[in-house]
Amino acid sequence: MELIDLHKRYRLGAMTVEALHGVNLRIEAGEFVSIIGPSGSGKSTLMNILGCLDSATSGVYELDGVDVSEMDETRLAHVRNRRVGFVFQQFNLLASLSAWRNVEMPLIYSGVARVERKERALRSLQRVNLGDRVDHRPSELSGGQQQRVAVARALVNEPSLVLADEPTGNLDSASATDVLSLLGELNASGRTVILITHDVETAQRAERVVRIRDGEIQSDESTAS
Amino acid sequence: MSYLETIRSAFEAIWSRKLRSTLTVLGILIGIAAVIMTVGLGEGASATVNSAISSLGTNVLVLTTGSATSGGVRGGSGTATTLTYADAKDLASRSVCPNIVAVAPMVVTIDEVKAGTKNWTTQVDGTSASWLKVRDRTVAEGSFFTPAQVNDGAAVAVIGSTTATQLGIGGAPLGQEISVAGVPLTVIGVLNTAGDSNGINEDDMILVPITVVQSAIAGSQSVSLVYLEAQSQSALGAAYDEADSELLALHQITNPKDADFTITAPSTLESTASSVNDALTFLLAGIAAISLLVGGIGVMNIMLVSVTERVREIGLRKALGATPSAIRRQFLVEATTLGLTGGFLGAAVGVLGAVLIPHLATTRIDIVWWAVAGSIGVAMVIGLGFGVYPAARAARLAPIDALRSE
Repeated sequence: MELIDLHKRYRLGAMTVEALHGVNLRIEAGEFVSIIGPSGSGKSTLMNILGCLDSATSGVYELDGVDVSEMDETRLAHVRNRRVGFVFQQFNLLASLSAWRNVEMPLIYSGVARVERKERALRSLQRVNLGDRVDHRPSELSGGQQQRVAVARALVNEPSLVLADEPTGNLDSASATDVLSLLGELNASGRTVILITHDVETAQRAERVVRIRDGEIQSDESTAS
Repeated sequence: MSYLETIRSAFEAIWSRKLRSTLTVLGILIGIAAVIMTVGLGEGASATVNSAISSLGTNVLVLTTGSATSGGVRGGSGTATTLTYADAKDLASRSVCPNIVAVAPMVVTIDEVKAGTKNWTTQVDGTSASWLKVRDRTVAEGSFFTPAQVNDGAAVAVIGSTTATQLGIGGAPLGQEISVAGVPLTVIGVLNTAGDSNGINEDDMILVPITVVQSAIAGSQSVSLVYLEAQSQSALGAAYDEADSELLALHQITNPKDADFTITAPSTLESTASSVNDALTFLLAGIAAISLLVGGIGVMNIMLVSVTERVREIGLRKALGATPSAIRRQFLVEATTLGLTGGFLGAAVGVLGAVLIPHLATTRIDIVWWAVAGSIGVAMVIGLGFGVYPAARAARLAPIDALRSE
């Protein structure tokens, strides 16, 4: 994927805030990239644009050679559904649904039949070591387990890109290590993983660290390993 | 996303918010049941009054005695004893009143009636042979008394079916001897049943030739009222004028203001009553509409809160690949299901109430189908308008804005 001269402006009342100004970034398929920066640096905005949750004010975002800004709502929904898996800081699970029902949700919007959905959701949950918690509601799971359900949901549709926005922000260190090693495994199986964080140590788990500050890329380097 | 999936997820959303869904349905239910029952109550009341009035026939005039003046004090209408059988006979003459086809004078008394060992207190009316025609009744068994029998003062009686049962002669009433105030009478006929009218049981009465009642039972020459039947409803005005001028002449009254009689037309009462009833129905429908509106506002409130609360859910679903139309469809099905469930349950409760309440109270409730259909329609509009509109707006938000909203 490639970002060329990407800008994002918000209107906050009378003021216009420029969250991103002129970001150029190229990420190859199969990379594990951390985007690190203090709060307000524009890193979340960048991730939202990368995941097609938000659109850029100007500039070009090409995903697999296709300019995303040209797409309409329905095609964007399709991209989010098939190509991208999200892991949010807040987990964003639906409280009324059991673990496997949360995991199967992307498949509902892909039009996958019910029997196959359940099978794939269960397989996905086994992969994050929650095979024995499939019928639990989010409120019956620990924070770490909830985030693992979210990871299972992110990978149930076999996306080529996994975006994790502060996935360890609400977790204790043991659960955080768990979730990060899961992301590492996903990368090892060939997926592009982009990890957004403000924590230097967390960022070091990736092969490449992009530092962002005030809406601009400050540095872009491979980790020592 | 297939339609089956849309319906499934809508039902799950309804099921997972049981209390809220129940309250929504209840709000619609109560509003609709109230509309159906109040409109039905208004319709029932006007139907009751109309049928009571029209049981008299639309071309009948009622002549009653006017007010008596004694010592300069005018009594109320009906206090004078100025109408006589002779007046009635005079009005019955076709040459005097060509537009009046039948005249039935009435002497109304309440007396104890005996048949064998049984006795029963009921209305004993002295009248003429025209009564049957004027009151539009028929005889089930035997026959009514003839004009000749009235003239001769024959000791005969025609009784209602309830009266026959109460006197223990329901099995074979014809030819039975009964006695009223000590006067022996032979039963020659039984009337067909007519049911209740204005709270009066039309099947509990004894009809006796007026001559017999006047001479032997009431002991007075005056009559209580006279029914006059006009040729047709359009001849009612002419019949009124003929009876009025003839009676003024007979009673030697020059100023119509001093008339000692009153003529009323039940059919004019009917039009007054029906306009009163229209107003009543309108009032009740208004109250019902307000209750539906209040219920509707409650539903709007619940729907709006519910959608606002679920903007995050909408954002999440969009992030996971839901298209805006999939979101809209889900909320459309949810709102329609709640609206229709409330609508049909409300209609069922309303119709059930309309059927059951008349058994518990002496009130008539008619089921008015436009009220049923209209109120279900309103429930649908409320559900759709206030469930789908905010959801459709939320579906247009960028997923991240929806996800971030609190």
